[in-house]
Amino acid sequence: MSISERVARLQERSRATTPTLSTERAELLTEFCKRDAPPVSPPVQRALAFQFLMERKSIYIGDDELIVGEKGPQPKAAPTYPELCCHTLEDLNVLDSREKIAFAVSEEARKVYEQTVIPFWGGRSMRDRIFREMTDEWKAAYEAGVFTEFMEQRSPGHTVLDDKIYHKGMLGFIGEIEGRLNELDTLNDPEAYDKQEELKAMRICARALIRYAERHAEKARELAAQEMDAERRQELKRIAEVCTQVPAHAPRDFWEALQYYWFVHLGVTTELNPWDAFCPGHLDQHLYPFYERGVADGSLTREEAEELLQCLWIKFDNQPAPPKVGVTAQESSTYTDFVQINLGGLKEDGSDGVNKLSYLMLDVIRTMRQVQPNPSAQISKKTPERFLKHAAQVIREGMGKPDLFNCDLIVQELVRQGKSLRDARAGGTSGCVETGAFGKESYILTGYFNMPKVLEVTLNNGLDPRTGRQIGLATGNPADFETFEALFSAYRRQLQHFIDIKIRGNNVIERLYARYLPAPFLSLLTDDCIASGRDYHDGGARYNTNYIQGVGLGTMTDALTAIKYHIFDKKTLAMEDLLPAVGRDFQGDERLHQLLLNRTPKYGNDDDCADAVMVDVFDAYFAAVDGRPTPRGGTYRINMLPTTVHIYFGSVLGATPDGRRAGSPLSEGISPVQGADRRGPTAVLKSAAKMDHARTGGTLLNQKFTPRLLQDDEGLSKFIQLIRTYFKMDGHHIQFNVVDGKTLRAAQEHPDQYRDLIVRVAGYSDYFCDLGKALQDEIIARTEHRGF
Amino acid sequence: MTTGIIFDIKRFSIHDGPGIRTTVFLKGCPLGCWWCHNPEGQAPQRELILRPNRCIACGACVEACDRGAITVEQGTIRTNREQCAACGACVEVCYAEARELVGREMTVTDVMAEIGRDVTFYDESGGGVTFSGGEPLAQPAFLHDVLQACKGRGVHTALDTCGYAAWEVLDRVRGYVDLFLYDLKLIDDARHRETTGASNRRIRRNLLRLSREGHRILLRVPLIPGINDDEESIRALGTFAANLPSLEGVDLLPYHSIGRDKYRRLGKDTVMPKVDLPTDEQVTQIARLLGKFGLEVRTA
Repeated sequence: MSISERVARLQERSRATTPTLSTERAELLTEFCKRDAPPVSPPVQRALAFQFLMERKSIYIGDDELIVGEKGPQPKAAPTYPELCCHTLEDLNVLDSREKIAFAVSEEARKVYEQTVIPFWGGRSMRDRIFREMTDEWKAAYEAGVFTEFMEQRSPGHTVLDDKIYHKGMLGFIGEIEGRLNELDTLNDPEAYDKQEELKAMRICARALIRYAERHAEKARELAAQEMDAERRQELKRIAEVCTQVPAHAPRDFWEALQYYWFVHLGVTTELNPWDAFCPGHLDQHLYPFYERGVADGSLTREEAEELLQCLWIKFDNQPAPPKVGVTAQESSTYTDFVQINLGGLKEDGSDGVNKLSYLMLDVIRTMRQVQPNPSAQISKKTPERFLKHAAQVIREGMGKPDLFNCDLIVQELVRQGKSLRDARAGGTSGCVETGAFGKESYILTGYFNMPKVLEVTLNNGLDPRTGRQIGLATGNPADFETFEALFSAYRRQLQHFIDIKIRGNNVIERLYARYLPAPFLSLLTDDCIASGRDYHDGGARYNTNYIQGVGLGTMTDALTAIKYHIFDKKTLAMEDLLPAVGRDFQGDERLHQLLLNRTPKYGNDDDCADAVMVDVFDAYFAAVDGRPTPRGGTYRINMLPTTVHIYFGSVLGATPDGRRAGSPLSEGISPVQGADRRGPTAVLKSAAKMDHARTGGTLLNQKFTPRLLQDDEGLSKFIQLIRTYFKMDGHHIQFNVVDGKTLRAAQEHPDQYRDLIVRVAGYSDYFCDLGKALQDEIIARTEHRGF
Repeated sequence: MTTGIIFDIKRFSIHDGPGIRTTVFLKGCPLGCWWCHNPEGQAPQRELILRPNRCIACGACVEACDRGAITVEQGTIRTNREQCAACGACVEVCYAEARELVGREMTVTDVMAEIGRDVTFYDESGGGVTFSGGEPLAQPAFLHDVLQACKGRGVHTALDTCGYAAWEVLDRVRGYVDLFLYDLKLIDDARHRETTGASNRRIRRNLLRLSREGHRILLRVPLIPGINDDEESIRALGTFAANLPSLEGVDLLPYHSIGRDKYRRLGKDTVMPKVDLPTDEQVTQIARLLGKFGLEVRTA
C-alpha cells in the first residue's frame, strides 16, 4: 500500500502538467478529409479517417512509464473533435483564460485553428447540423434552460467494455468480422451492402489499432537502443514486447491485459469523444485470472500488480475531458471524464464478484488520491462485510470515493428493461450512476431535464418569466385551479409537451449520428454489432436505451408541496398572494419567505406529506418518458442525476414556492434541497427510498458526513449498516463527502493550502479548489450529518 | 393514555447504545449538574428558547402575546421571561424559528410512531431506542408504558439514567430495559452534592442492586476537568465499578462546551466555570488507569 518512486514521479509530473489544447487530431483529420478521403461509404470513410489518425498521431512514451499511450501528443494535451463541434477563436480564448478548468492554447494552436481547422469545419460540424435541424420550439425550450442536449458536443456515450478483449486479440475480431462478411446474403438481404460496409469499416479499425500498438513497440525499441540505464532498457524492451502481443493477440499476462485495455480506451476516445470516455467495467473481475496465474507461477507479485495498476491510474488522470465550447462550459466545469471502474458486484452466474484485486484496487484508490478514474464499490447482499468495510475506510479518508451501488437493485433495473439475467449481472454502472449491460448496450444520456422550470412555466400559464416568451402550453391561469390535482394535471401536460419536444429533437439527432458519424471501432467492441453488421449509433448493440435525466426532484417536490399544503390543504394562503411574492423573489415578503422555508413539509425528512408529492413528481416524470421508442430500436428510460447542471438550471429559474431564491442552485440528484433535511440521514434515506428506484436507470444520492462520525470502528460499522439498510430498501446509489464545513470554508479562503482536497460533486469527485464559487457554496450548504 | 413531556427525538443516534438508534429525550431532571449539556432537559415544564440571530423583527410575536411579555425596542424584539408563561402563542407565529418551545406533550402512541419510523435501521444494525433526558425516571408512568410498548414491538431498549430515583420506580421498569446506560459522576458524596445538588447514595445503591439482579449495564462517566478527572476520583470510581458483577464496560465522555450556547438561548446562567477541554492524552491516561481495575473502557 505505497507508491513506488516511479509512480510518485509519474504522478508528480501528471499533476504539474497544465492541460493544453492539442490541435494534432483536428489537423490530421482535416488533412485526411481534404486530400485523402476517397468516395466511399460513411462507415468506411470514418474507418479510414481512424486509420489515418492511428498511423500518424504522435507516439509518446515517457520516462518511468510502464503502460504507454496518450490520447494527445503528450500527457494532458487534449485533442479536439471538429467534426463534432468546432471551437471558434473566441472559444479558444475562453478556454485559455478561464480561471477554472482552463486549457492552455498556444499561439500556434490558435493559428492552426484560424487558418486550417475553422475554414474547413466551421459550419460543417455535427453541432452545426444539429442546430440547423432543430425546430424553433426546440430552440426556445433549449435556450430557456428547460433541457440540455448532450450530443451537440460529444458523441453518444456510456460505452463500457465487458470481458471480450481479455480472451481475443484484434486478429480474432478480424476473423469474426470476415466470417460475417462471408456469410452475407448479397442476393436476398436488402441490407447486405450496408452491413458489408460497416463490417469492412470495423476491419479497417481493428487493423489500425494493431498498427498503432506496433508504432509504440517501434518507439520503445528505439528508446531502448539509446537508453543508458540497464534496468530501464529492459523495461522498454518489455514494453515493445507487450505492444507487439496486444492488441493483435489475446493478452498472456497482467501487464498485457492492462496495456490492451488502454489501447482500446485510446482507440475509442480517438475515434470520437463519447460521454464518459470509455469505461473498463468490472476491471477487477476481468484482470483476476491474469493476476492469479501470475502470482501462482511466480511471474507477478502483488506489488508489481499494484504498480501496474497505479501506472494505469495515471493514464486516466492524464486525459482531461474534452474542452467544451459555448455555454456547455457553464454546465459541467470539470476535467473529469467520468470513467467509472466497477469493483466487486456479482459475477454472471450470480455469485459474489469480490476478489483480491477488488481490495487491491481499493488500496490503489487510497494511495493515488486522484479525481480520475472514478471507482465504485458494487454491493450486493452477497458482498462480504470485509469488502464494504474496506471501501468505507477509503471513503473515510475524505475523497468521496468509492461511491456505493446496490447491484442487487441494478440487476432488477436491467431485467425490467428487458436484459437477460446473465447480461444484467455482467452489467453495472458507468459515468455518474447510470445502469447498463456492459459491452452489449448503447445507453445514451440525451440531456438533462429541468423539472422545476416546467413548474415555473406552468405557474405562468406557458410563459417563461425570465424572458417573457411563451415557450409552453397555455394550461390555464394558476389562480383558477380549484384543486391541487388540477394544478398537477396542468404540470403533467406541460411536462409531456416539453418531453415531446426533447424526443422529437433526439429522433433527428440520433439519425444524424447513424448516418454521418458511425463509430465502427466502438461497434466492433460492442455485441451484437459484428453479428448484425450494424453500427453502434444505428441500433447494432444488443440493447439500446435513451435516457432523459430528471433534475431538481427535491426543489420540485418542495415547491409543489408548499402550494399543496398552504393553498389547498390548509387554505391559509392564496395563489394570488404566493405567486407575486415568488415573482418578486420574496423582496418585502420575508415573513412569507420564512413560512415557506420553515413551516412547510420538506422532502428528505421522512415526512409522508412531502414524500407523497415526491412520488407523484417521480411517477409523472416516469410516465412522460419511460417506454417510448427510439429510432435505433431502443426504448426511453429515466434516471435522476444532475452532474453539475443543477447550478445552471437554477441560474435560469426564478424564485420557487419552496422559498428558494431566484438563481440559486436546484437540489441535486435525488438529494433533498440543500439544508432542508433536518431529521438526520435515516430520514433522508427513507424519503429517498419511497420512489421506485427499480424503474430508473440510476439515481444519485449525496450525503455529507463529518469525519468525527466515522473515526472509530463503531462509527464505521454504523455507517456500513446505514448503507446496507438503504440498499435493503432498494436505493440505487449513495455517495459521501466526509469533510466538515469548516475545512471547506478554509479551503475556499486559502485554496493553495487545500489543493488536494477532493470532494464528491455529483457522481464523481473533483478537486474542491477547481470548482466554481457557486458549486463550492452549494457543497458547503449540503447538510452535514453528525451523529447525535 | 399516559403522556410524557418530550424535549427531543433524535434519529440516527449512534452514541447511545448499540447499532443505529432513536433517542427520546424526556424533560425534567432531579439533579442539577454544573456541566449539564442538555440544560433544556432540566426543568420539567415547557420552556421558551430564543435565537435572536434568526429574528426578522416582523413583530408577529408581539401581537400574539396576550401577557405583554414581548416588546419592540429600537427595532429589536425583547422578551421578558418573568412575564412569560411559555404558552407558545408567539412560537406559533414565529416563522423564522427564532422562538421555540422546548417540551412537547406526547402520548405513548405518538412516541411509538416516531420510534417505528426507523425500525428497518434497527433491524439491520442491531439498534433500537434509547430513553434519555433530562432524567427519564422522573416521568415513571410514561416511561413504563412506552418501554412496555417497545418490548411489545420487539424493539431493543436502552435507558440512559442518572439513577437518582426510588428503587420502586426502577423496579417497575427494569424488566423492559435491555441495557442500562448508567451515569456515574463521582464517588465522593460531598463533592457530588456540591456539583450536582444531590447525594449519590441512592445512585450507588440502585446501581449495585441493578447489577446484582444481573442487568446489562454500561457505566457512563463524564470527565469534567477539575471536578472528577483527578487520580483520586478516578481510582475511587474504578474500585466501585470493579465490584459491579454485571458491568459490560465504562464509557468515558469528555466534557465539551457545546451546552454553553443552549444556556444563553434559555436565558439561564451557566454554573460551570470555564475550563480547558480534556486533551486526548488526558483521556487516554484516565482510560488506562480505569483499565487497571479490570474494566472495559471506551472513549467517545
